[in-house]
Amino acid sequence: MSTPLLEISGLTRRFGGLIAVDNVSLALMPGEIMGLLGPNGSGKSTVLNLISGALRPDVGSIRLDGHEIGNSAPHRIARLGVARTFQLVRILPSLNCRENVLAGIAFGRDALWGHAAEQRAETLLARVGLAGRAATATGELTYIDQKRLELARALALDPQLLLLDEWLAGLNPSELQQGIALVRSLRGEGMTILLVEHVMDAIRSLCDRCIVMNAGRKIAEGAPDAVLSEAEVIRAYLGDDDA
Amino acid sequence: MKPVLALAAAAIAVAFLAAVPLYADAYQLSLAITLMNYTVLATAWSLFSGPTRYVSLATVAFFGIGAYTVAVLAERMAWPYILLIALAVGLAVALVVGLSTLRLSGVYFVIFTFGLAELIRQIVTWYEVNVTRTLGRYVFVDIDAADIYWQLLGLAVLAFAAGVLIRRSRLGLALRVIGDDETVARHIGINTTFAKVALFALSASFMTLCGAVMAPRWTYIDPAIAFNPVVSFQVLIMALLGGVHRLYGPLFGVVPLVLLFEFLLARFPNHFSILVGLAFMLIVYAIPQGIVGFAERIARGKRGAA
Ligand SMILES: Nc1ncnc2c1ncn2[C@@H]1O[C@H](COP(=O)(O)OP(=O)(O)O)[C@@H](O)[C@H]1O
Ligand SMILES: [Mg+2]
Repeated sequence: MSTPLLEISGLTRRFGGLIAVDNVSLALMPGEIMGLLGPNGSGKSTVLNLISGALRPDVGSIRLDGHEIGNSAPHRIARLGVARTFQLVRILPSLNCRENVLAGIAFGRDALWGHAAEQRAETLLARVGLAGRAATATGELTYIDQKRLELARALALDPQLLLLDEWLAGLNPSELQQGIALVRSLRGEGMTILLVEHVMDAIRSLCDRCIVMNAGRKIAEGAPDAVLSEAEVIRAYLGDDDA
Repeated sequence: MKPVLALAAAAIAVAFLAAVPLYADAYQLSLAITLMNYTVLATAWSLFSGPTRYVSLATVAFFGIGAYTVAVLAERMAWPYILLIALAVGLAVALVVGLSTLRLSGVYFVIFTFGLAELIRQIVTWYEVNVTRTLGRYVFVDIDAADIYWQLLGLAVLAFAAGVLIRRSRLGLALRVIGDDETVARHIGINTTFAKVALFALSASFMTLCGAVMAPRWTYIDPAIAFNPVVSFQVLIMALLGGVHRLYGPLFGVVPLVLLFEFLLARFPNHFSILVGLAFMLIVYAIPQGIVGFAERIARGKRGAA
């Protein structure tokens, strides 16, 4: 039996009196795609923020490849091969597309610089469907192209673990199909992915397993179809009505 | 071929500037020193504040540390040692301040750096009044105006060279990413604290040395002269007017504003600060991109239209 790439146990994080993440445990096997579901405010983004080091846990442990990273600085976690996107897309506005990707290449795991880095940037831009746009200013990008660029920057870190926070949200149906195909192609490379998502089509077609959160707690775990039909999950969503 | 040409052009410009003391009269040399002083300060300021967008008003804190170190150590040891000690003091203060304040962002950082300069001025004043019982010192060193000018030119060349090298390096990219989005910077593996403190300290080192080199200009200095907060604002205005997204940008602010400030100081000595404030507001309002950014936009517009 192989060991999990990511192993979280008893993770808890409070904001003042609010318990945003409440005793959550989960394990991701190498190469697995796991969906993180739940109504708005249930703590999904906070879990990603804890894994990527943006926030420190109050209680609990986060292990990457067996090493505790719960108290590491975000740049150290990034250099260990954990890359992320943001719920509200964050590209670097004053840098062009090439520079946005170079920024991911230059400081991550196996960082590159110079000619090799530029070539890799071109490859990554092509990979996400932005071939030939290297010199384009970010202000000229459409919303989906911004999302693509953000993904290219995350992939530039050569991640072992990729954290996607509603990366497919806000896309129109044809863009959504392209987005799903893109994420699926990453699985082909053996990348391990934890994705927060509301889009049910995407969850069903991409995820091996899902975890559902509500009010900070994990309320269900299992294969997408099984989990989505569980009574407590349905109640959580109907009660909040934003899925 | 292009970098070679740029290097040749820079070498010719430096040679030309180095010759200024040979044919300038006393007044012209004095003006050239003022220009060179602000060139060093504004370039040093934009080394850090340009890419990171952390607006610092601590310029005069470091400038004053340099000048005061010279005033205290003058005649006690050889000039190069004095410069080295001034550099060490400025660097030490910059590292402490950098590590403790660069977590602050936006307006808090601005206010802190302004407060820092005032704090250092008050500490020096307190120390002079209560411990050494002398408020004000005479600076006796055997250094004439031409020497000062050449040293400032050397500092300016070093500051430009540092800027060019940093811009081409990973560190330069890291600083621009920090200026755009510090959260993203951390999550792509940039040690933001290191990058910011390193550049803050480098920038402060140039400011400190500049103050040290300038000290012999005044035969007499006291804390109010060495730590005059107007200097920090002037440097900020010059850098903003020129534009900070190009290394040579600040130059385009230094030259017109030094001339303007000379004129204002001569004609309206009592209203100088108010007029500086007005100039500041006009610049930020009228050309937020700076002269270089403004010129580039116009050039782009023309090309687009053609
Ligand atoms: N930095 C923060 N400070 C205070 N409260 C926060 C912070 N981040 C998240 N929260 C709160 O924690 C809860 C969970 O938020 P979040 O993890 O963003 O939910 P989700 O991503 O599932 O919609 C929400 O009530 C939110 O308001
Ligand atoms: Mg969220």
